[in-house]
Amino acid sequence: MRYVYADNAATTPVSPKVVEAVLPYMTEFYGNPSSLYQTGQKAFRAVDKARQQVADALGAEKDEIFFTSGGSEADNWAIKGAAALGAKKGKKHLITTKIEHHAVLHTMAALEKQGFTVTYLDVYDNGIVRVEDVEKAITDETCLVTVMYANNEIGTIQPIAEIGKLCKEKGVLFHTDAVQAVGHVAIDVKEQNIDMLSLSGHKFHAVKGVGALYCKKGIRLPNLIEGGGQEKGRRAGTENVPGIVGLGVAITDMCENIEENAKKVSALRDRLFEGASKISHSRINGDREKRLPGNFSMCFEGIEGESLLLMLDMQGVCASSGSACTSGSLDPSHVLLAIGLKHEVAHGSLRLSLSESNTVEDVDYILEVLPPIVDRLRQMSPLWEHILENEKA
Amino acid sequence: MEYSAKVMEHFTNPHNVGEIPDADGIGEIGNAKCGDIMKMYLKIENDVVVDVKFKTYGCASAIATSSIATDMIKGQPISEVLKLTNKAVVEALDGLPAVKIHCSVLAEQAVKAALADYYKRQGIDPEPIVGKIEDHDHDACHI
Repeated sequence: MRYVYADNAATTPVSPKVVEAVLPYMTEFYGNPSSLYQTGQKAFRAVDKARQQVADALGAEKDEIFFTSGGSEADNWAIKGAAALGAKKGKKHLITTKIEHHAVLHTMAALEKQGFTVTYLDVYDNGIVRVEDVEKAITDETCLVTVMYANNEIGTIQPIAEIGKLCKEKGVLFHTDAVQAVGHVAIDVKEQNIDMLSLSGHKFHAVKGVGALYCKKGIRLPNLIEGGGQEKGRRAGTENVPGIVGLGVAITDMCENIEENAKKVSALRDRLFEGASKISHSRINGDREKRLPGNFSMCFEGIEGESLLLMLDMQGVCASSGSACTSGSLDPSHVLLAIGLKHEVAHGSLRLSLSESNTVEDVDYILEVLPPIVDRLRQMSPLWEHILENEKA
Repeated sequence: MEYSAKVMEHFTNPHNVGEIPDADGIGEIGNAKCGDIMKMYLKIENDVVVDVKFKTYGCASAIATSSIATDMIKGQPISEVLKLTNKAVVEALDGLPAVKIHCSVLAEQAVKAALADYYKRQGIDPEPIVGKIEDHDHDACHI
């Protein structure tokens, strides 16, 4: 049976280049970057190089990059930090969207409990926030606007440069959770007026457990972890040297091939959309054009996502869904509800996230196995029966 | 979260899927908003469930609990069918993840709803016999 990994938005395989680059920093140059002897200094220089690579990929300066354990940590740091800076000036209002990752939304909820107020902007049925809504939401009390670069479920790309420009004019800090975007779409933090940006290595073929926060020079975010002098004393703890080395290699590799990859992957995705749209009672989630190259998100009425995923898994296809059963809560994905889907439609969602390693054969295989699975689940679904009855009536 | 081999077996090849056109009792429980609906069809002769079929919209455990529940009641006298509990369904499946226990409740309720329908068709008040059917609304999703 064919094996098709189509869940690259969840995580990606580590690239052979990264594995090769990382290995020596576990076996040979295992020194602590803070140590003065050769092997320590070798590690120090490797971390320094990776910091430059990440900075170059984002159009930032080296000393604006802080390594973290991943995207969630970077989001927490940026948002809580900006809130603390704001509170000092009596500014206790933050703005975000309804479709952020939980690393942002749950951080916001925690801040609300501490007396901050948060505006959650609509994203309309195309899954994209409107710049004029951001503008209307900004008040004298606003200390941070945080809008994700691209959504993890429906792939929609937000108007980051426009929001960045607006925030600059208004003198409000602007953070973006770019975990899904880095390595897949071109980013320039200076041109786009981004003050802070979160990224995560394992979304673009680096290892899990490493990420970074870009924080523009001059923003004095409070320290995240007290301890030694690592990350300029703002995020103490011995560096994850192999992880950081891999992050540098991966981000450089991805950014060098960004246009070529986007062209290839979006063509595969379009082929998937075209094929899967032939299934009746289906819909595409999120804007058709302004979306990540590899993101496919659709809903199939009358069926439930978890069953769909497990049956796809039996055919060797790894996928994801925003149904309640897969989200581990009572409600389906907040993202699908935010774009106006009814609960019962959102339960039947399927996300496939492709990478440059996928092929036309992979896509055609998915299109071969998907329709019969949808059909089989519909045949045993009383909800499907009701849908057909309602149409007749 | 991990499903037992038994759950996967019943999910992959569910038993007794379908409809009974001349069923003597039909029960439907759950709702679309919550993400699971079970519909049970019973054929009853001489107080014995001689045939049972089901249709389920829901996750793997919803399908598996429906399937095993139909196995457990097929060929049984009503007096035995009334004793079906969600606990027995869970045990027969070698356990369910904690977040999926509600599926076993739905399976038990779907069987009872079908029996209630059987009695109603004969002009008999089902409540004293099968008890109250706990159909949930969205606020009570996943009871």
